[in-house]
Amino acid sequence: MIGVRLYLAQRLSAMVMVPLVFGHLAIMIYAIRDGLSAAEILSRTQGSIFWGLFYGLFVIAAAIHASIGLRVLAHEYLKIGNTNLNLLTGLIGSGFLILGARAVIAVTL
Amino acid sequence: MGKLLIKPHRQHPLWLAFILHRLSGLGLAIFLPVHFYVLGLALNDQAGLDRFLHWSDNPLVRFAEFGLVFLLAVHFFGGLRLLALEFLPWSPRQKTYAALAVATSFFVTCAFWLNAV
Amino acid sequence: MLSEAEKPTAEFLDVAIWRGNAKRGVFHSYKVPQLENQTILDVVSYVQRHIEPKLTYRFACRVGMCGSCAMMVNGRPMWTCRTHVDRAMRGIMRGNPLTIEPLRNLPVIKDLACDMSGFFEKWTRAEGRFHPTRTRSEAIEAISPDSDARKAANEAIECINCAVCYAACDAVTGNKHYLGPAALNRAWTLINDQRDGGRNLRLSAVSGKGGCHNCHSQQSCSNYCPNELNPTMSITGLKRETTKAALKREI
Repeated sequence: MIGVRLYLAQRLSAMVMVPLVFGHLAIMIYAIRDGLSAAEILSRTQGSIFWGLFYGLFVIAAAIHASIGLRVLAHEYLKIGNTNLNLLTGLIGSGFLILGARAVIAVTL
Repeated sequence: MGKLLIKPHRQHPLWLAFILHRLSGLGLAIFLPVHFYVLGLALNDQAGLDRFLHWSDNPLVRFAEFGLVFLLAVHFFGGLRLLALEFLPWSPRQKTYAALAVATSFFVTCAFWLNAV
Repeated sequence: MLSEAEKPTAEFLDVAIWRGNAKRGVFHSYKVPQLENQTILDVVSYVQRHIEPKLTYRFACRVGMCGSCAMMVNGRPMWTCRTHVDRAMRGIMRGNPLTIEPLRNLPVIKDLACDMSGFFEKWTRAEGRFHPTRTRSEAIEAISPDSDARKAANEAIECINCAVCYAACDAVTGNKHYLGPAALNRAWTLINDQRDGGRNLRLSAVSGKGGCHNCHSQQSCSNYCPNELNPTMSITGLKRETTKAALKREI
């Protein structure tokens, strides 16, 4: 159950994520070549403003996109109505945002 | 009249493309908090992160990882198809694009897999 | 004298028709003489005339114009007057009956007749009404048949209000506010009508919690529309126009 504003937020966040997912898929294919280790990941990301912005933007867009997507599922399958739906969307969105921000800080600071 | 897994009115390619997009999106939304949590370990438990990465080397977890890469790829390329459908002039080749999105997702997942072994 | 096509073959068709009311119902089995050339509506009419006079169903024109005879045939929404039995049975395993049910997504009144009032109310809610910009004392506005807007309207106007698309749509099933493919398709024809003055009113009407943005592009509507219209295409048009209007803060 979405109106034009939530629709816009979801499509815009999707468009923002297009280059980010491309990058993410490429990094994944590259990074796992010799196995993963904490040191290897952190040596790439720590102290990098670029990766901080890249993943920061990614987290914000993903939080918006996923919370609206789950809102639609919650309405269509669980029949959750308007007020609770807004509450749920906000809760899921801020949950993703907090967990995601913590992850970005952990790997870039 | 036994119950069918997919109801007759849904048995067409573009409905399947829809359900693939919905299920992959749900899968990613469930995975995302776990992903964030594990990366967050780097904050004050780097050894814990290494333990997790080590654990993720076992074949079963590796297999699940391909599943995740496929979810991301199929949601991404399926999403590109939907953005094109909604924001570009209408094309009558909807089924072709849906098939193309799934095929590309398999290709990307295979590339990931070949690099991993 | 019966023509070649009307002669009964020696075979009988196994038919399962859903019978009941708004609360509950079950399939009843009937045996109908098979003809070489026979529509689903012929089958239903045979049952009503010769076996079960209390069977309730709707039809009027029998030639695909009035839009009143749509039903679920083997689980798919179809106009029954122009669907032949052999086409409906294609892909159905031997030994399975021909099943006929009332349309999905609409409350049943009795047997195969649904309450269509909710479906039509949504046409009104989608601002499917023409808003004239001239009075009868003014000259009629000339509309070029070659203009892009007129072409877009033409592609979507041949709707017979049969509710096949509405029954096919899972977004309707999931969201009771959703206006549905037919009403939104109607709104799109009016958006492209140069004589209409209700553009922003209509764009707002299709932007609420049941608006065009709740379409998931499954395209079942386009898949099953008996007149081969493409409501999904109309809805993407509305999505684009409402997006532009929202960004310009017109709605």
